[in-house]
Amino acid sequence: MSSITTREAPRGFSTSEYMTCLTGIVWREGLRFLHQRERFVSALVRPLVWLFIFAAGFRQVLGISIIPPYETYILYEVYIAPGLMAMIQLFNGMQSSLSMVYDREMGNMRTLLVSPLPRGFLLFCKLLAGTAVSLLQVYAFLLIAWFWDITPPPSGYLTVLPALVLSGLMLGSLGMLISSGIKQLENFAGVMNFVIFPMFFASSALYPLWRVQEGSPYLYYLCEANPFTHAVELIRFALYGQINWISLAVVAGCTIVFMIGAIWAYDPSRGLTRRGPAGGEG
Amino acid sequence: MTSPAPIAEPREAPRPDPGAVPALSIDGVSHLYGPRRALMDVSFNVQPASFTALLGLNGAGKSTLFSLITRLFGIQTGRVGIFGHDVGKSPGEALRLLGVVFQPRTLDLDLSLTQNLLYHAALHGISRREARARAAELLDRIGLSDRAASKVRDLSGGQMRRLEIARALLHRPRLLLLDEPTVGLDVKARADIISHVRQLVTEQGIGVLWATHLFDEIMAGDDLVVLHQGKVLAQGPMNRVITEAGAQDVNTAFMRLTGAQTMPAGGGA
Repeated sequence: MSSITTREAPRGFSTSEYMTCLTGIVWREGLRFLHQRERFVSALVRPLVWLFIFAAGFRQVLGISIIPPYETYILYEVYIAPGLMAMIQLFNGMQSSLSMVYDREMGNMRTLLVSPLPRGFLLFCKLLAGTAVSLLQVYAFLLIAWFWDITPPPSGYLTVLPALVLSGLMLGSLGMLISSGIKQLENFAGVMNFVIFPMFFASSALYPLWRVQEGSPYLYYLCEANPFTHAVELIRFALYGQINWISLAVVAGCTIVFMIGAIWAYDPSRGLTRRGPAGGEG
Repeated sequence: MTSPAPIAEPREAPRPDPGAVPALSIDGVSHLYGPRRALMDVSFNVQPASFTALLGLNGAGKSTLFSLITRLFGIQTGRVGIFGHDVGKSPGEALRLLGVVFQPRTLDLDLSLTQNLLYHAALHGISRREARARAAELLDRIGLSDRAASKVRDLSGGQMRRLEIARALLHRPRLLLLDEPTVGLDVKARADIISHVRQLVTEQGIGVLWATHLFDEIMAGDDLVVLHQGKVLAQGPMNRVITEAGAQDVNTAFMRLTGAQTMPAGGGA
């Protein structure tokens, strides 16, 4: 075995190897998603309940004046649709990130992490794959919403795509950062109470911020500082073929910061050591 | 029960070729979980084309060691090398040469056999066309070609293990780690897997590290590393370890070395 007794020079990885890896991870995530029908259904039911019941009930209570990007008076349902799209991504991002950090998916994370490609790249691919899944959910939601008279311009379905990719990445990496950094948030109920609900309600998802400002200036500033508000606004404007530059800058900046933080903080030993190395150390 | 035999010289490892780079070199590795010491100054080598059994009871530190070799845990103290590539410094080059079968199952149960293999190939940057060819070849070798499109969920435990081994070989590694791969399998499935892995050693020159607590999986001619409570108590060719422990067989040698009072669970089959 002379050929295997000498050390080889490092050869690194080619761009095509990186691309193969990325597409493989996204492909698998898509396949798994198709097999998990309950996950798909619950991801759709949640925003639809808000749309069909909450929005219908509040239609008469909340009047929406003409604010950009809308050019005319709109129904409340139309107003909250982008917020619900962002909510789908918020839930999806938190769910998939939580399973990456804690061991529900640990077997699969082991398979992923023994890939020779750089760990940061693997985690980025995983976040991107999670985002791709959220896109499927969002477009399914938009399809149903269309029958509920939420009809953005046809080109809006295309122009919203990059906004959704960016917001999906931001929310996924935020989920990963939070669940890596805060030990107490190890179950989904904790994340719901302390992350999802505050982020969702203290944002422009359900009500325009000028209304919030009338009620409480402090809450208004809180909403303005909430990255989720900017994800919602980025999506809202993109859906009507416009760019909200401030929101774009905030979401892009937050994505970079959260992602670097999440990759830095990710510790695969956490999922393994908490119940002893999986399957019992030995 | 006699008192524990003197500890065999821990640093010595078989070296068939003085200039050879070991398939796996573990050098002074220690690991702490908080205040608990899981591994203490562990050192040993696995040579290419050799079968090394890592023998230890549950809790000996075998899985921790596997997690360090595969970069799942950061290495706190010491060095792990795979064919001379430092896992800490150049993990990419090291992991490229490594195939691993973890103790818990790590297959996607809802995906087909082929899909599981293609996913693994993608993680190693192997193009789809090449991956399909290799997957078909490996499924053929493990006798599961006709199940290629079935869901993994429908396989038996032994078939899943065979698939995991095939998957670990897909990127053509030269070092294969297996962490108690036969746990929970019936006698025939165990025998099949053991003979398959031994064939890989003799026919393809793969270096194998096989963690187990089942003595009957070890054969004369194997290298042995006895790990107990995070420490290497003995290592070397099996016969030498037995002789140095003043014992007649692996079982007795192990009990003398570790001071164990009883047979490990599942020790005979």
